[in-house]
Amino acid sequence: MLVGEVKSIKELYGLDLIAPGHRACAGCGALVAVRQILMASKKPLIVVNATSCLEVTSTPYPQTMWKVPWVHLLFENAATAASGIEAALKALSRKYGRQEHYIIAFGGDGGTFDIGIQALSGALERGHRFLYVCYDNEAYMNTGIQRSGATPLGAATTTSPVGSKIVGKVQNKKDLLEIVAAHRIPYAATASPSHWKDLTNKVRKAQSYDGPSFIHVIAPCNRGWYFDPSYTIKVARLAVETRYWPLYEVENGRYRITHSVPSPKPLEEFLKVQRRLSHMLLPENAEVLERLKAYVDERWERLQKLSACFT
Amino acid sequence: MSLLQPKTLKPMSTSEAVAYAVKQTNVDVIAAYPITPQTIIVERLSEYVNNGELDAEYVAVESEHSAMSACVAASLTGARVFTSTASQGLALMHEVLYIASSLRCPIVMAIANRALSAPINIHCDHSDVMGSRDAGWVHIFVENGQQAYDRIFQAFRLAEDEDILLPVGVNIDGFFLSHAVEGIATISDNEAAMFLPPRRTKYYVDSSMPMTFGAFALPDWYFEIKEQVASAIEKVPKKLAEVEKTYYQMTGRMYGHVGAYKTEDAEVGLVCAGSAAATAKFAISRLREKGIKAGLLSIRLFRPFPVESILPHVKGMKALVVMDRAMSPGAPSAPIGQDIKTMLYDAGINIPVANFVYGLGGRDISAAEFESIILKMVEDLRSGRPIERGVRYWGLRS
Repeated sequence: MLVGEVKSIKELYGLDLIAPGHRACAGCGALVAVRQILMASKKPLIVVNATSCLEVTSTPYPQTMWKVPWVHLLFENAATAASGIEAALKALSRKYGRQEHYIIAFGGDGGTFDIGIQALSGALERGHRFLYVCYDNEAYMNTGIQRSGATPLGAATTTSPVGSKIVGKVQNKKDLLEIVAAHRIPYAATASPSHWKDLTNKVRKAQSYDGPSFIHVIAPCNRGWYFDPSYTIKVARLAVETRYWPLYEVENGRYRITHSVPSPKPLEEFLKVQRRLSHMLLPENAEVLERLKAYVDERWERLQKLSACFT
Repeated sequence: MSLLQPKTLKPMSTSEAVAYAVKQTNVDVIAAYPITPQTIIVERLSEYVNNGELDAEYVAVESEHSAMSACVAASLTGARVFTSTASQGLALMHEVLYIASSLRCPIVMAIANRALSAPINIHCDHSDVMGSRDAGWVHIFVENGQQAYDRIFQAFRLAEDEDILLPVGVNIDGFFLSHAVEGIATISDNEAAMFLPPRRTKYYVDSSMPMTFGAFALPDWYFEIKEQVASAIEKVPKKLAEVEKTYYQMTGRMYGHVGAYKTEDAEVGLVCAGSAAATAKFAISRLREKGIKAGLLSIRLFRPFPVESILPHVKGMKALVVMDRAMSPGAPSAPIGQDIKTMLYDAGINIPVANFVYGLGGRDISAAEFESIILKMVEDLRSGRPIERGVRYWGLRS
């Protein structure tokens, strides 16, 4: 059993590190995930933020949502900013007795999969002690729903619209966690705010390592996915239950599916509740749907095999 | 005290002198990426760290963009931070340079000035720093290794002053200076520690006082925040003079915002920056031997542009020659030419200014060339020929 494991939600009461009144949309999945992550985080804590919805909605000057020290520099350099803070506090603590801090960097999928992947890779390779959280809403939501490397096959965005010739995004989603895991960091995991216990304990586990760790959390965005704002957690749960979003971890190279889905719901259940994806259920788009299903199935199978290797 | 005491001079390249000075500042974090011709600076610093001679974290980042990003973040914690770059590296840092000044990070960066691609070229010119001159950084040009060594200490003391809190670039001509070896008069570690005690700052990233750094500012606040950078940099000339005075009391060395040579009675003034100043100085002394009343103004503090320090020297002059080691294609003048002409206009001085772009991509300029440029100006003035306005390119293949 993990030291400091979260067993009951009551343990998290009163640990909120974000103030009410922020400007995120009603039903924002990112904010729900961030709130859970901060509640579970070890203290003292410094938060680093890439340019993103989270940054914009949380710090309209002269107001701030953050009850912890918070740093935002640019879009692509959250991992580097975390590196700089970690290195500085290491030096200052050694030389002048300054207190060391836990560091969590938040980036969206654009800031992590695409423009920030070099900075992320560098920071992981250098081995700084920090937790990087990619909250993934599967497109550039802050600029108005443009496709990113995280957008799934077939999804409609403003730069991958459903046209008469091309239907949504042509490519599959980049498998970010595999890229991260290839850096052989101590801990990398996927998570979903619908499975809060899984998520919060992954945060605790990640922070128990003296090195870089990574959590890839799904963050349903009702503005970009087109669903009712009250359904955020339901949509996140559907992603897990259809095996679209497998919950797993790579701990010291050992794969483990942390939430088994023995009898998955049909992928269509996840697609049909979101207008960005529901066109894939039309008969003329059957081929795209099959390709997406194959991607989801192959990924799950591969994870199962990898998990089996280490049990 | 005598400035030339052979016993106290250490032979060092300018890069080594910079690294040695940075070591003596007891810097906390260095984040850097290799690029010619700056690399020797960070190689030496890595050696100091790995040999236990310098207690600092050396963050070997994966790009210059990350070098400056790590420096900004480290600086926000209250650490003393140094980096070094050149050319494409500075260009890659570009967007982060503005974050450094606007978040008021007193980072010191040595820039081994080098040409920008294309074509790729590793040699000296000032295109790199001129491309980032509006980023809110203080910029100092040095003319030799001794100035580079001394300016590192002064740069930190200036940058970390709570009235300033701005990043400072120390510009060192690539190869001409970065790789030139000379005897350097150093200060002791004790003197360095007295001049530059550990950084103290009021606001920094720490859970003891949770604060938000880098918030999102809309039209209701953005303008005011940016204006603060401008008002802080305006305080630099006075503050740097104070810093220099203290340093002078310790070392006997002082440089000022502008290096003036034989300007008192000069009819023609030559303006330049960086290593060319030494060549120009030699040219001026030869012209003086021929009875030509020429003087030199070497821009040592470039940002903020030290108008008050330059003006007294040009008041009696009949014409100026401004030598720029960078282009500003399409602009009415090259970068230093623009500043000089603006300064003259504001002061109500209407004298001809010949503005030359020279030495791009490391093309050398000789004392004889400076002489001929000034002689041409003197002849034009005597014969009453109009001085050609606009930018001219000196030393191109014919």
